[in-house]
Amino acid sequence: MKRHHRLAFALALAGVLCGAGAAIAQEADAPPRERWSFSGPFGLYDTAQLQRGFKIYQEVCANCHSLKLLSFRNLAEPGGPDFTEAQAASIAAAFQVRDGPNDAGKMFKRPGKISDLFPPPFANEQAARAALGGKLPPDMSTLAKARSFEAGFPWFILDAFTMYQENGPDYIHAIVTGYTDAPAGFVLPPGGQYNKYFPGHAIGMPKPLSDGQVEYTDGTPTTVDQYGRDVAAFLMWAAEPTLDARKRLGFQVMVFLIVFSALLYFTKKRVWQAVLHDPELEKPRAPTEYKV
Amino acid sequence: MMSGDSIYQPQSAFMKWMERRLPIASLVYSSFIAYPTPRNLNYWWTFGGILTFMLGVQMITGIVLAMHYTPHVDFAFNSVEGLMRDVNYGWLLRYIHASGASFFFVAVYMHIARGMYYGSYKEPREVLWILGVILFLLMIITGFVGYVLPWGQMSFWAATVITNLFSAIPGIGSSIVTWLWGGFAVGNPTLNRFYSLHYLLPFVIAGVVVLHIWALHMVGQNNPTGVEPKSDKDVVAFTPYATVKDAFFIGVFCIVYAWFIFYIPNYLLAPDNFIPANPEQTPTHIVPEWYYLPFYAILRGIPNKLLGVTALAASIIVLAFMPWLDTSRVRSASYRPLYRQFLFFFFAAVIGLGYLGSQEPTGGYVIAARILTLYYFAFFFVILPLLGLFEKTKPLPNSISESVLRHGIPAGASAPPPGARAKEPLA
Repeated sequence: MKRHHRLAFALALAGVLCGAGAAIAQEADAPPRERWSFSGPFGLYDTAQLQRGFKIYQEVCANCHSLKLLSFRNLAEPGGPDFTEAQAASIAAAFQVRDGPNDAGKMFKRPGKISDLFPPPFANEQAARAALGGKLPPDMSTLAKARSFEAGFPWFILDAFTMYQENGPDYIHAIVTGYTDAPAGFVLPPGGQYNKYFPGHAIGMPKPLSDGQVEYTDGTPTTVDQYGRDVAAFLMWAAEPTLDARKRLGFQVMVFLIVFSALLYFTKKRVWQAVLHDPELEKPRAPTEYKV
Repeated sequence: MMSGDSIYQPQSAFMKWMERRLPIASLVYSSFIAYPTPRNLNYWWTFGGILTFMLGVQMITGIVLAMHYTPHVDFAFNSVEGLMRDVNYGWLLRYIHASGASFFFVAVYMHIARGMYYGSYKEPREVLWILGVILFLLMIITGFVGYVLPWGQMSFWAATVITNLFSAIPGIGSSIVTWLWGGFAVGNPTLNRFYSLHYLLPFVIAGVVVLHIWALHMVGQNNPTGVEPKSDKDVVAFTPYATVKDAFFIGVFCIVYAWFIFYIPNYLLAPDNFIPANPEQTPTHIVPEWYYLPFYAILRGIPNKLLGVTALAASIIVLAFMPWLDTSRVRSASYRPLYRQFLFFFFAAVIGLGYLGSQEPTGGYVIAARILTLYYFAFFFVILPLLGLFEKTKPLPNSISESVLRHGIPAGASAPPPGARAKEPLA
């Protein structure tokens, strides 16, 4: 009993020392945690949501943000928006892709093919900055994994148990829905917008989405909140396209490991039984000379 | 491994022929089958096997990952992303390897903690322990250079911050840094040499592991009582007893490991490392991987750079001197009530330093880090030497088998308490 108290005291002391510092560093609003179809051990992407998210990317985000690491073929791969190959090909064909050099040594433009990467909206970083008043929109291929927020103690420990991996989509949804008027006394730098979830609050991106801006054909509400959710889910897929395969395989591996370990446990128990119940050893014996 | 008489009897004509030329079968037999292991080992002793398993996992996945990786500043990030997206089961290999680094360190910290608790560093296991500290250092270096390879923001800035530590060395510091970088900033030559080292060092580790196991088989395993085996009753054969126990616990370890691989693979990865390295943009918050955080907190807690770097190096190297800093003749903390408490405080301090290392170095955090750093070093340089002289230890059991079957001991049959002996001049 006593020893447990001491251990608890030691841990508590360490906790207090840490907590003393933790109280100091509190800042911007933490994004609210949304419900996602792809959270938890069995959560997979919602195909319809990814298709809606792609529509938002295509009509809105793609004007400024590149998606450099993705190809049109990815849209038709399993575990994604699940477009048919024909649909992916027609999406690709709407883009003009730079190719070449041809036999005459010239670079040329042609309609996109399913094997092409998504062409970036600007030829290079300088072109983007020149067109957007000096700002550079980040590439969106890994954005959902490249953005997060600090939840602090004890959340960062609990998150490992609850499998919370959706910091990125929560953050993206929060940014899309977080545009408000700056509170009195807050001085926005020129070209900045106030966003309650953006670190430092002054975000360079103007409010990207408003209600009814993108048309949905499946009856889903066309609100900024819904848009934010859909585009965040799409960007999560863009950053982690193998999530569905990972969770399916994960379940099989888990079942195997648990059964296998249980069998090993009973094998171990059986093997050790002979040692632990050796009558020869259980006889009381006279003490022998002490030696370290 | 190379000690003890082999009782291997070759049966077939071929094995008899082989035995006279290369006695590898009897080496394996004496090392991994007949090898006597204390019968009272608990599950903390399975981490040695787990570490061997993890080294194998990291080497196999790493060799395959290397087949898909391009060590060039312009292509490294995209080659890793390409591997995750387009290589069959590339994501699985990468997550096994990335989480594997963390679980390798989980296992090594458990292994070190067990050694500290049960006094496994004490005579005659000093060389075994020092080889272990060398392995830990090699793991730290290997993990660090490996973390640089994906060439994200955190890779780049971790490389910059850590290599810059050498600039604290007076006089030649900046020349050493330039030499490490292969240029005047972290760049392509740095990435190339880190890749080369990341491929090389695991084989060096494997070599030192052989020495570590050799030394272990020379002196035998310690055990929870810290009393050496005295008769055949105190030991069991490595196979099947230790083998099946290790196998079971490797299975349990793998369940937790698989949880991270399949369900939270990005939990331990820094979000900033999904942004390609950009030398012109410093991340707001540069944090090393969790397994370096206690040492990082020690480094940052000290305002003078040279002193900070010295403390960082000392915090790891001091482990190698534990066999001589600890003056107690009793090994196991189970019989050292005071040492036990101070050790739990030490573990709590390391965890506390780890948390502080992950936070911004401001105000209360720095003060807390300094207090814990002070305790960290006081534990080695003050508490360990003094405790052995003043601590009143509990009576030790006469033998391992006696401790296993405590109910079989007549009342008052224990040997005299060794506290008095500890006060005798040390031989």
